[in-house]
Amino acid sequence: MEGLMAIVIGILFTIGTYLILTNQMLRIILGLSLISHAINLMIIIMGGLKSGGPPLLSERNHDFTDAIPQALILTAIVINFAVTAFLLVLSYRTYKKHGTDDFNNLRGNEHE
Amino acid sequence: MSNLAILPIIIPMLAGIIVAFTNKNVALTRVLTQVFAVISLLVAAFVTYTVFTDGSIILETGDWKAPYGIILVADELSILLILTTNIIAAATAFYAPHSLTLKQETHYYYTFFFLLITGVSGAFLTGDLFNLFVFFEVLLMASYALIVLGGEKIQLRESIKYVLINLFSSMLFVTAVALLYGVLGTINMAQIAQRVAEVEQRGILTTIGILLFFVFGTKAALFPLYYWLPRPYIVPNPVVSALFGALLTKVGIYSILRVFTLIFVHKIEITHEAFIWIAGLSMIFGVIGALSTNNIKLIIAYNIIPAIGFIIMGIGIFNQEALSGSIYYLVHDMIIKCALFLLVGVIAYVAGTSDLRKMHGLIHHYPVLGWLLFISAFILAGIPPFSGFIGKLALLRGALSSEEIAITIIALLSSLLILYSVMKIFIRGFWGEKDETIEYKEKASLGLVLPIVFLLGFSVFLGIGAEFVYPAVDGIAEYLLDPQIYIDSVLKE
Repeated sequence: MEGLMAIVIGILFTIGTYLILTNQMLRIILGLSLISHAINLMIIIMGGLKSGGPPLLSERNHDFTDAIPQALILTAIVINFAVTAFLLVLSYRTYKKHGTDDFNNLRGNEHE
Repeated sequence: MSNLAILPIIIPMLAGIIVAFTNKNVALTRVLTQVFAVISLLVAAFVTYTVFTDGSIILETGDWKAPYGIILVADELSILLILTTNIIAAATAFYAPHSLTLKQETHYYYTFFFLLITGVSGAFLTGDLFNLFVFFEVLLMASYALIVLGGEKIQLRESIKYVLINLFSSMLFVTAVALLYGVLGTINMAQIAQRVAEVEQRGILTTIGILLFFVFGTKAALFPLYYWLPRPYIVPNPVVSALFGALLTKVGIYSILRVFTLIFVHKIEITHEAFIWIAGLSMIFGVIGALSTNNIKLIIAYNIIPAIGFIIMGIGIFNQEALSGSIYYLVHDMIIKCALFLLVGVIAYVAGTSDLRKMHGLIHHYPVLGWLLFISAFILAGIPPFSGFIGKLALLRGALSSEEIAITIIALLSSLLILYSVMKIFIRGFWGEKDETIEYKEKASLGLVLPIVFLLGFSVFLGIGAEFVYPAVDGIAEYLLDPQIYIDSVLKE
């Protein structure tokens, strides 16, 4: 199961990287959010994909899931959500002001 | 007593929330900001005093024992940097009202300013790798808001690049933390260090280390990764540039210093050897950038890169003298970069332009600014007896004792060029005939000049009072070279 997930993560990373290398603002943002999903998946499988009870002493389970990756993911998702929201607003405003969403046209020049 | 460790995080955070509510009343907000900045500075000074007399403070938050809970570690290195951060925060808090427009002030500048300080302090204090990522995000989020404050066309254009590159490197950071957790099963830095030492840093761990170096190198603007830095740093208000130049890249370099003296220290011939070359290239390319432009703000922004080079050089050489040089230079550079950014902000304001070709003879109208710039250039380049000299001397002696001749020559040569790049502002901007045709602004107000004098005072003290400061820094370097002290103080075994 972990091997399969590793391939899925790899594919997500590939698509994300491809999108980041394009010039269009929105594609880059989508690429970044695909990569962030890949990373979230990666954190989950880093704890091992096993079924089991909650990691509580009172439950007395023989196997239990690792709680730390879940705590990490929760934090990572929230942060990523906030940053992506900000990024979308920022790119919209940039598009409005500059009239373009192509990074080739957003280089700036020497005399400004 | 261990609760003292969280005060440098809590106070700016509370201050940021409070000034968000007084937003409508600008006069009150300014006073509150300055009061809180001074309180924060005094508290930081007190905590520093406590740490230097009684040893590191470890706070296990929520009473979860290390390595299971999140811990804050206020050791001598972190607390020294927090004190410096608070000195810078206090200076900029007094400079800001004279520099910002009313619109920027009412759009929550002061709140974001305090949140930035919160994030920086948190990053210095945390003893947990994932928590370091969280505090990085706190300070980056505040910096995203600060850089675009004002919403001008050029600001929007540069800030979107800044946000994208930082977001991407943050993602790599999480990847590295996840991989490290997969291999070692912990994210507590002390326990990571312990386990890496147990398996003698196998190949995969060195790879993860280099991935982490890539992440921190992007934030710190090291040689191949510095391309994003100069332009976004010159578009916001000078006070924001000063905060960025003094704090943001330095958090990256602190992380490298921490991770590569505590955790990844078993394959020095791979990692640290590479740092020396990266340091040399950072110095060369940074200085070329600084010489290539006539924009005075851009000259100072490019000067960040060789300074980072100097600090990473000490980490690369990795002996006690070079490391203490790095730490000394780090503290020195935080203060002087802030002062220089504030200073060129004033100069660009009074001259009405930041283009060197359009200004000359400023010394007739603004003698104080001229001489302040002159002294700052000396401090930056490391002319004795100022603070840059002490740091560089220790660095170069460390380099020579490890027989790294090439990097010594590059460092000396780039120091000379750094001096020239800043002196260029003095020579071309301040010398020359009085020009009656140019209309100058009124005298630069005292509120703009005093914070700069305050910062330069600290810089001069770091140079002249080196006998008092250097032993402490040397002690920190000795402490960094023995990771076991940190591990034992956190895990208490």
